[in-house]
Amino acid sequence: MKRIKLETIVDHSVLIIGSLIMILPVAMLLQMASTPDIETMRNGPGLVFGDQIPANFEKAMFEASGFSGENTGLRMLYNSLILGLGFAIGKIVIGMMAAYAIVYFRLKFATLAFWIIFTTLLLPLEVRILPSYEIVQKLGMLNTYQGLIIPLIASATATFFFRQFFRSVPEELIEAARIDGAGPIKFFVDILVPLSRTMIAAMFIIMFVYGWNQYLWPTMITTDEGMFTLVRGIKQITQTLEGTNLPEYGKSNILQIIAILPPVLIVIFFQSWFVKGLTESDK
Amino acid sequence: MAQVTLNTLRKVYPNGFEAVKPASFTIEKGEFVVLVGPSGCGKSTMLRMIAGLEDITQGDLQIGDRIVNDVDPADRDIAMVFQNYALYPHMTVRKNIGYGLKNRKIAKDVIDQKVTDAANLLNLNDYLDRKPSQLSGGQRQRVAMGRAIVRDPSLFLFDEPLSNLDAKLRNQMRIEIKALQRRLGVTSVYVTHDQVEAMTMADRIIVMNGGEIEQIGTPAQVYHSPASTFVASFMGAPPMNLLDALVAENAAMIGGQTIAQFAGHGPVTLGIRPEDILPDPNGDFEINVTLIEELGAHRILHATWAGQTIMVSVAKDVTAETGTMHVAIKSDALSFFDAQTGRRL
Amino acid sequence: MKRAGFSIRWLPILLLLPQLSIILIFFYWPAAHAVRSSFFLQDPFGFGETFVGLKNYTSLLKSSAYLRSAQFTVIFTLMVTALSLSLALLLAVKADKVIKGAKTYRTFLMWVYAVAPPVAGVIGLVLFDQSWGPLKEFFGLFGWDFRLGVDYFDTAFAMVVISVWKQLPVNFIFFLSGLQSIPKSVREAALIDNRSASGRFWDVTFPLLAPTAFFLLIINITYALFDTFGIIDTVVKGEPSNNPMTLVYRVYVDGFRGNDLGGSSAQSVVLMVLVLALTVFQFRMVERRIHYT
Repeated sequence: MKRIKLETIVDHSVLIIGSLIMILPVAMLLQMASTPDIETMRNGPGLVFGDQIPANFEKAMFEASGFSGENTGLRMLYNSLILGLGFAIGKIVIGMMAAYAIVYFRLKFATLAFWIIFTTLLLPLEVRILPSYEIVQKLGMLNTYQGLIIPLIASATATFFFRQFFRSVPEELIEAARIDGAGPIKFFVDILVPLSRTMIAAMFIIMFVYGWNQYLWPTMITTDEGMFTLVRGIKQITQTLEGTNLPEYGKSNILQIIAILPPVLIVIFFQSWFVKGLTESDK
Repeated sequence: MAQVTLNTLRKVYPNGFEAVKPASFTIEKGEFVVLVGPSGCGKSTMLRMIAGLEDITQGDLQIGDRIVNDVDPADRDIAMVFQNYALYPHMTVRKNIGYGLKNRKIAKDVIDQKVTDAANLLNLNDYLDRKPSQLSGGQRQRVAMGRAIVRDPSLFLFDEPLSNLDAKLRNQMRIEIKALQRRLGVTSVYVTHDQVEAMTMADRIIVMNGGEIEQIGTPAQVYHSPASTFVASFMGAPPMNLLDALVAENAAMIGGQTIAQFAGHGPVTLGIRPEDILPDPNGDFEINVTLIEELGAHRILHATWAGQTIMVSVAKDVTAETGTMHVAIKSDALSFFDAQTGRRL
Repeated sequence: MKRAGFSIRWLPILLLLPQLSIILIFFYWPAAHAVRSSFFLQDPFGFGETFVGLKNYTSLLKSSAYLRSAQFTVIFTLMVTALSLSLALLLAVKADKVIKGAKTYRTFLMWVYAVAPPVAGVIGLVLFDQSWGPLKEFFGLFGWDFRLGVDYFDTAFAMVVISVWKQLPVNFIFFLSGLQSIPKSVREAALIDNRSASGRFWDVTFPLLAPTAFFLLIINITYALFDTFGIIDTVVKGEPSNNPMTLVYRVYVDGFRGNDLGGSSAQSVVLMVLVLALTVFQFRMVERRIHYT
């Protein structure tokens, strides 16, 4: 029995160390957000939590960081939500529609459509970032939500995911539905969508986090401070820390926390859906 | 070959569920023992404790002459056949069969010889270089058997090994396993929920229910003298008829008619096998046949007798019709159970 | 396609329309545009362009800065992939094994998935801060004068550390779910066949995890190449100067900041070819790999 015990201790130690490595860095941001800036400037992150969080939170949410006075934390939070929700919903709706068309219809050019769509899995936005920027510029969509969201949707991850799922739905289901007199729209709305609920939830979480955490694309597309998302605004916030007499560490760090909180909470609370979405979508 | 002794072996899960209540019995050298019972009765847990895959909460387990409670599964000198075969999907049949030997540092040519012998025995020669995914269900089953026999273990453990096969293959493999065990003479513990498997394969049957052992006995004992109403209804298809009867003045009665002499007083449960009720125009008892099930070799008559439903099994050449019918009863084939506890009286 | 699929014509076309039009406008058009631009030299003031053939590509190959980035990218990718895969595998194996607290550990080890890369970068800036960064202090104990943003090696080191930290959860989740999908009875059979725990791991568990590991290898390479942009941009504080940078970051710096459209497009095309090669390699491996049932 002793041998088993030693093994268990080793297992738990490894896991505890791993957990600490994942948690401590973020706890450090929180500690700095709770400490008066002057103390942080002198000593850096410490072990004792202060009482500055409410004050810093108010500064972060309502005081603008930039020059135009528009990018308060609240404004950026709003923009982040729009990007996260718009991206997730847009991607799921468009992806489900396309997947439905490919799987459930006798379509002559289905194979062609399939390849046109699935080639997009090959090239991430990052490699075609400049021409994409130019096109958005040509279309007059700089500093708009459409310009922010739609080009990000131009890949087929959700379509692929739903195609896989629809194909796993038993064949008998559509046969039964057709015998019961359901047309294509009824079948989709009454049967396929309710059946896909967990899949939709799983995909939503993955896509929301992905959209919320976008950095490069918003950095290029939004120059208007009123359009900044939290993640986009981070760079500007950290840059204001440089060269000032008393950098606002507290405000900056609480903004980092606010920037990660919504996706983190979603991932933690909807863990099983999230894991399902992740492990089943990427394959 | 080893004798296996369980001494008040008990399993309680961390959530407090007592999967196996203290159980004691001895399995003799070379004996084929079947643990049978409905799902959740603790039979698999018992087997897994013997295998070492499940910790023993209390009691001692002895295989051969050592207590093995804290011995690793790999060191218990056992081999196990799993329900879904548990073949290593990335290894060929040859490697699957030889893997356990390889880990025992046995010379390669010896392993090769043993694998070939096992393959011969199981008709697997042509499949040695295939992966499990390229085999049929029956072939996979044979590989699982092969993996067990090459090890020359002192104890075979089978965990519902046939339940994933179709009916025909199941019958065939049942005979093969039994024949193989006879030939090798290895002590075996076999878990199943199928009473036919238990009856046909076992030297001795252990019937379990709710974590408890209901009866230990030869198939004939379990069939003819069930220790409880549970065993009576679980073993045999169709099951034993269990009828409410009343004992008064040293006679057991149903519907006011005396069935047999029996000492005691008050209600009892009377058990009688369907084939022990004989159609007889001169019989003392009258039943009302409502439905006839044709099974070819014999027929099952569903009937009511004094308001209780019974089943009667008759040979194919007995004419039977729905409606009233006279029957006789083999009075020496009756079982009596306590009406409350269900225990045999 | 389903056997009993609907045969209406217009509906599927309507359903496909949004997806196809977005893809054509925002995927194929820019991709084609990038390929085309890579053969032209743009006038910096926007007064037209000249066809220069492969000149953009040849000057890339001659640019020592570009080659240096390429070299850094390769090393960076290898380091990030190897480290985050092996650490995640270790943690997943342990998390799969323990009974008490398994769920809590799982949450702790996966939540960083949701942390945006630039926030991870900011955390790096704090950890390695010149005046009081905890890790800088720690390395100082061993006489390592860590200078983030100044010393090339130190900066690269910090980028690797942060990128591994950020990628650990994804690998952990996949390895854990891979481990959990190994049938319990196969592991038990191994328990009977092999008394050594490490032997069981390398003979049975690891081969069964190989498909997951291979898939993750591709995911990690893609991550290190593309998704680390936010980390790198934050760590170098938007001022690349002499700091290490990945090829993707260079596309952005040269094209967006440096206004060298042709050169940047040529870089994009090189990356596209790289990704395509990677994908083709992946498909071929997937085809070849044994399908366990």
